Amino acid sequence: MIDWAQLFSNALTEIVNPTTAAYALAALGLAVHFGYTGLLNFGQAGFMALGAYGYAISTLTFGFPVWGAVLVGVGASIVFALILGIPTLRLRADYLAIVTIAAAEILRLIFTTNNFASVTGSANGLSGYKGGFAALNPLPEGSYGFGPFEANAYDTWLRIVAWTLVALACLFVWRIINSPWGRVLKGIREDEDAVRALGKNVFYYKMQSLVIGGVLGTLAGMIFILPRAVLPSNYQTTLTFFIYTILLLGGAATVLGPIIGSIIFWVLLSFVSGFISRAVAAGWLPFMDSVQAGQLRFIIVGLALMLIVIFRPQGIFGNKKELAFVK
Amino acid sequence: MSNNFEPDATAAAPAVVTTAPGAPSAKKAAPVKSINLHQGEIVPGVAKVDPIIVADNVTRTFGGLKAVDVDHLEIPRNAITALIGPNGAGKTTLFNLLTGFDKPDSGTWTFAGQALAGIPAYKVAGMGQIRTFQLTKSLNLLSVLDNMKLGAKNQAGESFLKSLFPYFWRSEEKEIEAKAMEILARFKLDTKKTDYAASLSGGQRKLLEMARALMSDPTLVMLDEPMAGVNPALTQTLLDHILDLKTSGMTVLFVEHDMQMVRHIADWVIVMAEGKVVAEGPPDTVMQNPAVIDAYLGSHHDSDLGDPTEHVSAIKELLNDDDKS
Repeated sequence: MIDWAQLFSNALTEIVNPTTAAYALAALGLAVHFGYTGLLNFGQAGFMALGAYGYAISTLTFGFPVWGAVLVGVGASIVFALILGIPTLRLRADYLAIVTIAAAEILRLIFTTNNFASVTGSANGLSGYKGGFAALNPLPEGSYGFGPFEANAYDTWLRIVAWTLVALACLFVWRIINSPWGRVLKGIREDEDAVRALGKNVFYYKMQSLVIGGVLGTLAGMIFILPRAVLPSNYQTTLTFFIYTILLLGGAATVLGPIIGSIIFWVLLSFVSGFISRAVAAGWLPFMDSVQAGQLRFIIVGLALMLIVIFRPQGIFGNKKELAFVK
Repeated sequence: MSNNFEPDATAAAPAVVTTAPGAPSAKKAAPVKSINLHQGEIVPGVAKVDPIIVADNVTRTFGGLKAVDVDHLEIPRNAITALIGPNGAGKTTLFNLLTGFDKPDSGTWTFAGQALAGIPAYKVAGMGQIRTFQLTKSLNLLSVLDNMKLGAKNQAGESFLKSLFPYFWRSEEKEIEAKAMEILARFKLDTKKTDYAASLSGGQRKLLEMARALMSDPTLVMLDEPMAGVNPALTQTLLDHILDLKTSGMTVLFVEHDMQMVRHIADWVIVMAEGKVVAEGPPDTVMQNPAVIDAYLGSHHDSDLGDPTEHVSAIKELLNDDDKS
């Protein structure tokens, strides 16, 4: 029989999971890129990989403290954004899409290659970098929270840091978007030549947007590795597409959309995969084995993305009025 | 001129159906024309008394086609100059070159004494030379008011670091909003301020684009086919606004195919054909220039200028108009 209580409990845990926070943060960065500036960045996984490897390598190889490791990751993603942006931001939007998807793959392959195994750990990835972060934990050992949200001191500390970061990032994005600066970004999204004709340096604004969204992705990459190890296979293009799913689910040009989108995504994913694997184990789906069941959830995610784009392209939080004019 | 008014048109145009093409409407006096803008004999490239743009040897080729090949051109200050010519004459390309939206193969030009060749479009706009587009570029998913506010120059809040602290831009934002509302009221768009620009009619978007251009207090306004696709009910309003620009001290350069409009409001007409300036002069004399008639009707039987009948009738109308006045 299916343990429904356990199934729901696991799904609810996803609401506060640091991974959910990491995806939310990455999606928020993508909202700045795609939702507000109209930049088609398909390399958000690359920015996340830079955060993950930047943090892990500077901790393990160079022995940097936490703040130093964070700065290295952020610095790396700024450089990455500049390298991507300088040749492509003067061109049409599609070029950025092609270049970012390729650049993110290049990064992943560099991190995977055996030549740098002593630094990057190659396909085995990196682990053992969490000591610095754990040492900052002010919570004494023990168990915190209740019911499905109960966790040990390290996990609770991580949850607090992750969701505080998400809240601060939301405030930050809300502030810059609802300012004259954000108005220029939205103008660029609508028609960059018109904005250029009004005397704004469009290239400079697009570059700023690419850097800001990329840094949010990088911070997300750091949160993402604190509950797990760094593995290069985590940074495939599917990661970027999950983040796009989250963004479109919540609403591309919204601040809270990516956060709620991430929570819905992870709760549903956990519930669906938990249900399918339990259903297979209980013999409800005799035509399917457990390996197939593990893949089925992604088919369902793909289906969900298609349904969102067809029936609610503005997302959950998007403005219905805006949709009326989308051609 | 037909009188099929759009029901939602905000035009203040008087509901007068004009009988003679190009005749001024009943309520408006004929615009005051600026005269004696040139020095010496009128030839293509004639020197102006007070030029705002002086261009030399500007060329632009697309493959084997020389789209623009202008030896010398001066645009008079504080006057309305029309740039006309058959399709493919290079008018819009010249516009794009002068505003930095396209790069010439060769050539130099100055705007109010400053060399402009090679200056990017946003800096050109910052110097006070603002353009509009043939295909209207309203920012569809921004409100009408946001469209306007975007037009204001040198906003502190448009710097990323200052945008974080409303202290730096809140008062400026209020001033910009007041100015935007004042201009919107003039263009009869103030009741639409919270609507998305996408919900405006084509003519209202033309008005919005022009109003937005005014937010930056330009010295030269360059309008690329301001009348294209505009309902006749709005035409008079747009004409009045263009005349107002001159009255308030600005210079206007516009590309237009509507000969009645050119004749009605232009102080000076520059005629282009096959990339070259073939004639210029005041509107009432330039149309009689044989080079202009050649340009429109084709002196060479092998040059394809499209269907010439429209131009024939347009020029006949102008010539008839001359006889009357």
